Amino acid sequence: MLWEIDIFAAGNQVDRAGEQAACDARDLGFSAISGISAARGYLIEGDLTAEQVTTLAESFLAEGVTERTVVAPVGDMSLCSPFGTRGTVVYVLPKPGVTDTVADNARRAFVNFDVQATGCRTFKKYWIRGLPDDQVRLLASKLLANDAIEQAVFGTLPFKHLQVGSPYDFKLRTVPIRAMSDEDLQNLSKDGQLFLSLTEMQTIRDYFASLDRDPTDIELETVAQTWSEHCSHKTLAGRIDYSGPEGNIHFENMLKETIFTATVQIRKNLGPADRCVSVFADNAGVMTFTDDYNICFKVETHNHPSALEPYGGANTGLGGVIRDPMGTGMGAKPVCNTDVFCFAPPKYDEELPEGLLHPRRIIRGVVSGVRDYGNRMGIPTVNGAVYFDRRYLGNPLVYCGNVGLIPVDMSFKNPLPNDLIVAIGGRTGRDGIHGATFSSAELTHQSETLSGGAVQIGNAITEKMVLDVMLQARDRRLYNAVTDCGAGGFSSAVGEMGEEIGAEVALDSAPLKYEGLSYTEIWISEAQERMVFSVPEEKWPEFKALCESENVEAVVLGRFKPTGRLVLTYNGTVVADLDMRFLHDGRPPVIRQANYVPAPAEPLAPRPEGDLHPAETAVSAGIDTDSLADDLEAILSSLNVASKHWVIRQYDHEVQGGSVVKPLVGARCDGPGDAAVLRPVITSRRGAVISCGMNPLYGDLDTGAMAASAIDEAARNAVAVGADPSTIALLDNFCWGNTDRPETLGSLVHASLVCHNVSVGYGMPFISGKDSLNNEFRPAGEEPISIPPSLLISAMGQVPDAGKCVTMDLKGAGNNLYLVGATKNELGGSHWALVRRLGGGTPPSLDIAVARRTLYAVHEAIDQSLVRACHDLSEGGLAAAAAEMAFAGDLGARLWIDAIDLPLDAKQLASLAALPGLSERVVPNVMRLFAESNSRFLIEVEPEKCAAFEKIFADADVPLTQIGKVTEEKRLVAADGETKLIDLPIDRLKTVWIKPFDLGNDY
Amino acid sequence: MKANKPNVLILRAPGTNCDFETAYAFELAGASAERVHVNRLLEDPSLLDRFEILCFPGGFSFGDDVAAGRILATELRHNLFEPLHRFKEAGRLILGICNGFQILVKSGLLLADDEAQPKATLTWNKSGVYTDRWAHLTVDGGKCVFLKGITSLYLPVAHAEGRFVGRDEAVLDQLQANGQLALRYVPDENPNGAERNVAGLCDETGRVFGLMPHPERYIDPTQHPYWTRLEHLPEVGDGLALFRNAVEYFG
Repeated sequence: MLWEIDIFAAGNQVDRAGEQAACDARDLGFSAISGISAARGYLIEGDLTAEQVTTLAESFLAEGVTERTVVAPVGDMSLCSPFGTRGTVVYVLPKPGVTDTVADNARRAFVNFDVQATGCRTFKKYWIRGLPDDQVRLLASKLLANDAIEQAVFGTLPFKHLQVGSPYDFKLRTVPIRAMSDEDLQNLSKDGQLFLSLTEMQTIRDYFASLDRDPTDIELETVAQTWSEHCSHKTLAGRIDYSGPEGNIHFENMLKETIFTATVQIRKNLGPADRCVSVFADNAGVMTFTDDYNICFKVETHNHPSALEPYGGANTGLGGVIRDPMGTGMGAKPVCNTDVFCFAPPKYDEELPEGLLHPRRIIRGVVSGVRDYGNRMGIPTVNGAVYFDRRYLGNPLVYCGNVGLIPVDMSFKNPLPNDLIVAIGGRTGRDGIHGATFSSAELTHQSETLSGGAVQIGNAITEKMVLDVMLQARDRRLYNAVTDCGAGGFSSAVGEMGEEIGAEVALDSAPLKYEGLSYTEIWISEAQERMVFSVPEEKWPEFKALCESENVEAVVLGRFKPTGRLVLTYNGTVVADLDMRFLHDGRPPVIRQANYVPAPAEPLAPRPEGDLHPAETAVSAGIDTDSLADDLEAILSSLNVASKHWVIRQYDHEVQGGSVVKPLVGARCDGPGDAAVLRPVITSRRGAVISCGMNPLYGDLDTGAMAASAIDEAARNAVAVGADPSTIALLDNFCWGNTDRPETLGSLVHASLVCHNVSVGYGMPFISGKDSLNNEFRPAGEEPISIPPSLLISAMGQVPDAGKCVTMDLKGAGNNLYLVGATKNELGGSHWALVRRLGGGTPPSLDIAVARRTLYAVHEAIDQSLVRACHDLSEGGLAAAAAEMAFAGDLGARLWIDAIDLPLDAKQLASLAALPGLSERVVPNVMRLFAESNSRFLIEVEPEKCAAFEKIFADADVPLTQIGKVTEEKRLVAADGETKLIDLPIDRLKTVWIKPFDLGNDY
Repeated sequence: MKANKPNVLILRAPGTNCDFETAYAFELAGASAERVHVNRLLEDPSLLDRFEILCFPGGFSFGDDVAAGRILATELRHNLFEPLHRFKEAGRLILGICNGFQILVKSGLLLADDEAQPKATLTWNKSGVYTDRWAHLTVDGGKCVFLKGITSLYLPVAHAEGRFVGRDEAVLDQLQANGQLALRYVPDENPNGAERNVAGLCDETGRVFGLMPHPERYIDPTQHPYWTRLEHLPEVGDGLALFRNAVEYFG
């Protein structure tokens, strides 16, 4: 019997889910809707009586005080309109085989009631009023159900059983590749979702021809996984012929010769002071931290899955990157998360291309996906950013990072020959089949149906259980190596760990979620929450017992046999037998052309009528008056600058008890902190500082300027709270468009070359990185939409005594305000240009030597406790920074900006003064207030400490200008002589800043 | 050093995630804390005999699937109710923080059901979303052992299902008259819409206490959300007093 339980809010409670759905529906244009009622529910299958199911419903599944229930067999009339609900009924259920953790956990708990259910599934149920049936169907597909993972059923549920899967009939398949023409090979690559190039397919064909046999399907899949862009980074780590402003350069391995070389040189320069432990080698980059612990950091992207199923994509994006530190060395304990998102604006009201989800839905899904994984894992999410640009419509970017702590003597792994290959954690299902190859493919309007299987749903608690036992097993030294199952599943994990040894795996030994998986599906499944260990045979009983003691499933998959071969069997039959050398070294080098020509230098000029910059949002409307106060308000309320409290507050940023500087700071806990500081070792005062830098707007003008500015911003943010610049390590994440185009690849190579120079100049090594290419969306019959080049730089610094950290909120009236650094004629790509609808201009430059001296001088001042507040100048320049510092501190500030020197010649002045609404008088002040020149900070100093403070900057030869004072009166005043350019109450500034990006509770 | 440190059992389950810092807070307060998996207690309930204090720390036990704390609470209700009840009757202390509070309420350990009906519950925040923020709290009455001598606190809350709801006004009136609505949010800082601003609740004896805020997250002065502004940094955070009270109860 299949039973249905509907659970409703009790009469005295609000139907929150119903109201939210109705509000979202109206938002999407379903204005005729008159109301939605919602219930949540369970389908339970088994030989159960009505009384038993009612007990489950009332004593367990529903909340007696706030909810009420209806129980009946599926299809019963009593389920149509209980408690007087009216409207068209829509059920939304996870598709068969999609992870349903609530149902799984609920079913296990039924034993407490002596109930044995054979199946359980959750659902949501809606009664929709005011819409005709066809509109209800449209609403279901646009809002209520995501076809990638969910099914909508209208009216009555048509099924009588919940079983998933059917027995699998083993049949070994070979692929007659030796007989294939080039065209056949290309079709095989595409239709089989291998996403390999023709040259690669030919290499495989020739290899098997030389062996005098055809490959099995699983052999072909294994090669495709190992050679995928995701796993091997063949484009950026490949041969590139580049021509650009630096001249012509031939790279054998582009990443190695730019970013990695910078690290090698820095380590050599530092000699014994080198802080790197393991870089670009393991799943995360490892640095020294305390005497007992090293610290590691990894940032990943999960863009393509998040475009199709935002919640699941972001959820498993974070879950996946957490497993990177867990799989680093002998296993690190995750101590904090980071998240950076790029979205199209939430108020997007144009027609959406087919196959795309509305940005609002993507934003909500991504934010809650990260929230539910991070919070459940008990890892604080401490730092991040959100950027908006219409070019992210089809390709939202989801960068997730994780920092881990690892005992010094466990920072390296060493799988040994004849160790057992042990898998623990989640079971294997069809989840995410082809995720690794799929992330190398361009999204099309068909992607949803073609690659829906690539979407995964996470179960954070399974991963937490794995972590709990892993740390105990590590400390008892029960294994020699660990790695995570990420993209490519067992295929990648076993392949990587056994690369130098060889491995034999019995695929039938993997525990499955349901019947029917083929041996190939088992091998390449990307089911989440699995880790693979290399366990010495004599430790296996203790390892297994430990896992069992906490209900974690552990099985022996096989053995690292010292044969140099990868041998896979299924029920005793060999299904694959590959040479590890071919797998890992056999890929033909990809040779690509790249060229870069920076956009020609053009003066700032109004954009043609109707030519919106893709980053413009409704709130950043054009301004053409000389009131600079309006400019400041428009900048503060532009989505990139506006408060991200709606996201931040949903994330636990304090769990684990090490929080020192939170993401929101200041007198009312709402100011935008520059970087997060935490004490990951609870008994130590040493702080880890986490920050980031990114600015895709500069990349439109010059990807080199973007790269330099991103590194400087990440470093500034870390130093602004107290990080010692000599401890800072960097991570790169390149998200780019289609790098098959030489100019797109060229813009990336150019950025990499600049990364090298800045990294070496700053002495800040890159320790890890990841790229995501081909972020383009091709609407049916139209030109592809490419994302803007989007380089995220993440920084991890350290502060010996976290008690010396500072925050950006103003602290005391009467204190002096200093501007550190030089302001230049650099308004290109600025937010001021954006709100004024101006194109062209010069993006911020970077003088590496001055920038380095600046970072060290600011740190020295903070270290000597001379600084009360410190904020870096980024989007919106001085004016935005001063406004944020004032309202965060609940104090005012008076700035005399004419004190700022400007290198501005008469010709530049005249050209800018000709812009609408500007004049020769106002132009220099625009630059002083809104230029986004790098290497600048605004710093508050108590009067008695000013002399010592000024001396540090004079000694370091870093520009320093005293430009204002903190005032009791809660206004921000910026004056040029007697003329007040800005004179606004801080409450007003805070209001325009805090409201624009709040998608919560708007019903 | 005190001669006899009270022993604290920090009970963890799949999804518990505040166990380390809660153990640390108890240690700092002078107790000896041990993290124990619920499976060990299910195998051998007599484990409890070694301990003076039982603490249910924060987290997402079993993912908060079905409802926050519900699965673990059901497990305790069906398999450990007697030993836990004996522990309570023996004059020992039980503390539940956040998810631990939800477990205490839903297992019937904090408020006994009447006619098999629960008297109160903790359910979804009024906002419908998880929220991490700090709130000022006041203490009502002197019944609760953990709040002895404390009049106000400033602590972080971080939860999605922390709204305290009584079955009806009569139940709330009775709990209030009895001094059991021991910890309240300052009215305009109520983060979840809890009835009568309830942040923490104790049983009739004052020895069993549950609260949504996280005292273990404000032990060190640098955990305060604007410690960099404070003229005089306190020696320790407000939260430590709760743990000290528990330790001193056995002193």
